[in-house]
Amino acid sequence: MTRFTLPRIATFLVAAGVVAAATPAVIDFASVKAAAPAAAEATDQALMRRLTPQQYQRIVSDVFGVDMEIQGRFEPVPRVSGLLEVGTGKVGLTASGFQQYYTIAQGIAAKALDEQHRDFLVPCKPANAQAADAACAQQFLTKVGELLYRRPLAADEMKTQVDLASKGANDLKNFYTGLALSLESMMVQPQFIYRQETVVPSKSKPGQFELDAYSKATRLSFFFWDTSPDRILMDAAKDGSLDTPAGMKKQIERLAASPRLEDGMRSFFVDMLQFDQLDLVGKDATLYPNFTRNAVDDAREQTLRTITDHLINQNGDYRGLFTTRKTFLTPMLGSLYRVSVRSDVPNGYPQEWTAYQYPEGDPRAGILTHVSFVSLHSHPGRTSPTIRGKAMREVMLCQKVPDPPGNVNFTVVQDTTNPLYKTARERLNAHATEAMCTGCHKITDPIGLALENFDSDGAYRTSENGAPIDTNGTIDGKPFNNALTLGQVVSQLPAATSCLVNRLSAYGLGRDVPRSQGDWLKTIQASFATNGYRVTDLMKTLAASPEFYQSAAPK
Amino acid sequence: MSRILNRRTVLRGMLGGTAITVGLPLLDCFLDSNGEALADGAPLPKTFVSWFQGLGYAPTYWEPKKIGTGYDFGVQMKAFTPMRDKINIASGLKVFLDAHPAGAHSAGPQGCLQGGVSTPNLPSIDQIVADAIGTRTRYRSIEVSCDGSQDSFSSRSATAKNPGQPSPTALYADIFGASFQDPNAATFTPDPLAMARKSVLSAVADKREKLLTLVGAQDRARLDEYYTSLRAMENKLQIQLEKPAPMEACTVVKNFKKFEVQPGMLIDEAREANRLFAQLLAHAMSCGQTNVASVNFGGSSSNLRQAGSQQTFHMYTHEEMVDPVLGYQKQVAWFSNQVAESVLEFAQIFDSIKEGKGSLLDRSVIMYSTDSGYARSHSVENMPMVTFGSAGGALKTGVHVSAPGDGVTRFGLTVMQALGVPIGSWGVESNSTNKTITEFLA
Repeated sequence: MTRFTLPRIATFLVAAGVVAAATPAVIDFASVKAAAPAAAEATDQALMRRLTPQQYQRIVSDVFGVDMEIQGRFEPVPRVSGLLEVGTGKVGLTASGFQQYYTIAQGIAAKALDEQHRDFLVPCKPANAQAADAACAQQFLTKVGELLYRRPLAADEMKTQVDLASKGANDLKNFYTGLALSLESMMVQPQFIYRQETVVPSKSKPGQFELDAYSKATRLSFFFWDTSPDRILMDAAKDGSLDTPAGMKKQIERLAASPRLEDGMRSFFVDMLQFDQLDLVGKDATLYPNFTRNAVDDAREQTLRTITDHLINQNGDYRGLFTTRKTFLTPMLGSLYRVSVRSDVPNGYPQEWTAYQYPEGDPRAGILTHVSFVSLHSHPGRTSPTIRGKAMREVMLCQKVPDPPGNVNFTVVQDTTNPLYKTARERLNAHATEAMCTGCHKITDPIGLALENFDSDGAYRTSENGAPIDTNGTIDGKPFNNALTLGQVVSQLPAATSCLVNRLSAYGLGRDVPRSQGDWLKTIQASFATNGYRVTDLMKTLAASPEFYQSAAPK
Repeated sequence: MSRILNRRTVLRGMLGGTAITVGLPLLDCFLDSNGEALADGAPLPKTFVSWFQGLGYAPTYWEPKKIGTGYDFGVQMKAFTPMRDKINIASGLKVFLDAHPAGAHSAGPQGCLQGGVSTPNLPSIDQIVADAIGTRTRYRSIEVSCDGSQDSFSSRSATAKNPGQPSPTALYADIFGASFQDPNAATFTPDPLAMARKSVLSAVADKREKLLTLVGAQDRARLDEYYTSLRAMENKLQIQLEKPAPMEACTVVKNFKKFEVQPGMLIDEAREANRLFAQLLAHAMSCGQTNVASVNFGGSSSNLRQAGSQQTFHMYTHEEMVDPVLGYQKQVAWFSNQVAESVLEFAQIFDSIKEGKGSLLDRSVIMYSTDSGYARSHSVENMPMVTFGSAGGALKTGVHVSAPGDGVTRFGLTVMQALGVPIGSWGVESNSTNKTITEFLA
């Protein structure tokens, strides 16, 4: 029998004020494994996720006010299993990354405690502004610390922070400078820059483990709003109601009904659709003069507005994103789409977004035809049916397309000057005569070729090098003849909806769902269908599942 | 006399920010009469730059035909000719794939820079060098990227890849901004805020043991990296609190041109960024701010391109016909030449910083590597490996060595030993070697 002491858990639980010191110090792990194979499987899962730049910005705005801007660049996170959010659970922090966090924290702390902000952010006045005032420092650090650490600070943690503030104030003869030193140190500690989750023995399922109440609150808040828990959620964690089904349901309903759901939904789709990569997209200025930096930003915003309007405001069916004619445009995007977009703002004001509906017979419908998708998955100087098809498979359907093999002759693929092969389809057909290439290209190219009416900058075209573009094809045996019918076919593929469930659950958990929880995932997928593929309902279902908070014990 | 003056004792208790005046004639005191060494006889520190650009050259068109000295470069490396006698070049070296899948553009840089192709990432050569010669400078190492991305080929570990700084303007502000301390300034004023921050970070570091006990093995490794990075920041603050050793050749870059690379991978923009980064890094090294840097020019499966063109460098390598007259892909060779010119410019800027009778380049090694011996077929055989500079005389220069079939790690091992890294063997699996290229070593 394997017996395993858990002093670490007990220590931390006591420190976090979650349980009394009477927590059993010895747990029978054999019985744990027997009772909970799911928990036993992933005994070394990561419980720390590094904040994304977006999350960092939101938290800073929530805690210190909306005028707090991040000055600097964060160390990038790798995309793992299709999501940056999964990557945040695997990435470390380099020395230069640490310096970036530290520099940014210094800027925020200095601004939060400058003369313009201190009076409404610090709930007290020091007895002497040129010296330490531990009591006043503690008031401020308690208020801010709970929001930054997403849990109350343990007594020893608070003492450290107050001592740092006092020492800094006395050394530098300024209370606020000392407080800023303490604050910036909090903002560079792992408790802040990593979302650290704490595991406790499950109250409802003996032998299993789950997140503690504050970690549940954190997971919920980031899932729905992509930011730290607000005061109400923290209170629900503190008073224990979040550990009850009714209390949990109440918070989920509140979070889902909030306008801030749009923040969470946007963050998820930016991650799933890999729209962070749009920052690096540039097109050749000679070939695509309308594709400016501002146009790229507008293209991303167009798709996100379309998604959130359809899924939240209209409470629409997820599958409708592939076919909807409704969208939003700016005059700048109008120049790419070659439609007239009126903007009735007074002279001198920024242009505004206008609701727009592609008319019947228009070649565009659904987000696959948006400039964002087709331009992101193209070369700077021309389209790529293969890249688009691969993105379609991997991003929208969660299917893995193998990388190309080495030592392949690509010569004929895109020799655009070859008079024999005027269109991408002709060139790819010639290339696919290579036996080793055929397999993969069959699963990518037909989808990408259906989008060939959209140039690298997203502009509509009907011919390439004078030859008409043929957009006919099949996907999984189902025929389509252009981007419109491709969208219709894709929307009905089971993989399209199961992919969303897979991505959304991994996004919430910060890791791939283990195979042992496959049955749970199937249940969620069935529920998604029953609810008419409403994404907000899907989020609520996921968040209400005990499995969403189930965890292995720390190793 | 210590080469780097440690003023901790003096500074202790002076948190009020009292200026400390070092009332000594600096150069006479600290440097020898030639300006090539510090007055205690210790040579100026060696410096290292790892410069990377993928997609290589066409085999038989870059290698010198002659072995040893007095060689001529192949037609695709003709650009290097003006600096031949400061260059070492090896041909014939390969990356052993063992049983690992041949990642089309990853196996090359892994083999050349990390010593093996096993995944996940191993520490890269610049970081191994930094551990040996970068711990007493303000920046342990600096990573830059010329293509507008934050990509780099510098990694500390599997989960800690150093991001490349894509902005010359931001790097300038970081190095030569308010916290820059001129090593040749007559007075030295320790920043009381820096001292306070060092104290604060020490308090954070003290929590390490407790936090490490609270997490699983995966997170423990990541937390360890966090604390290593925190210690690097502490070290940086400590160095800021010490009077820097004078550096005769140090000149502060002034009126630096503001420049940001725009998305779109235009090679002209990458070249401009490369020139600006070279100036900044050369000045940073001549001023003792760092001894180690890593440069990503345009990535491995590089989409660098020319304005107005539908094609990119990478696309050409796969798709362009071999010119029947030239015997190689003409457009690809155009890009390769641009790359060679860029490495050369980088090295020339280092060579332009005069230090005594020599130059910054003379105490440096700039190691240029790529991802493939022949990008057209993703080959990792016959990898071009080139260095500029002599590592303070530890390397002979102007030498061509051909070692067909030997591991490319021999080259990196030689460079590391020349730089003074205490390392006897390098690499994993079949790429492991303890054989240096003795023809290069002085």
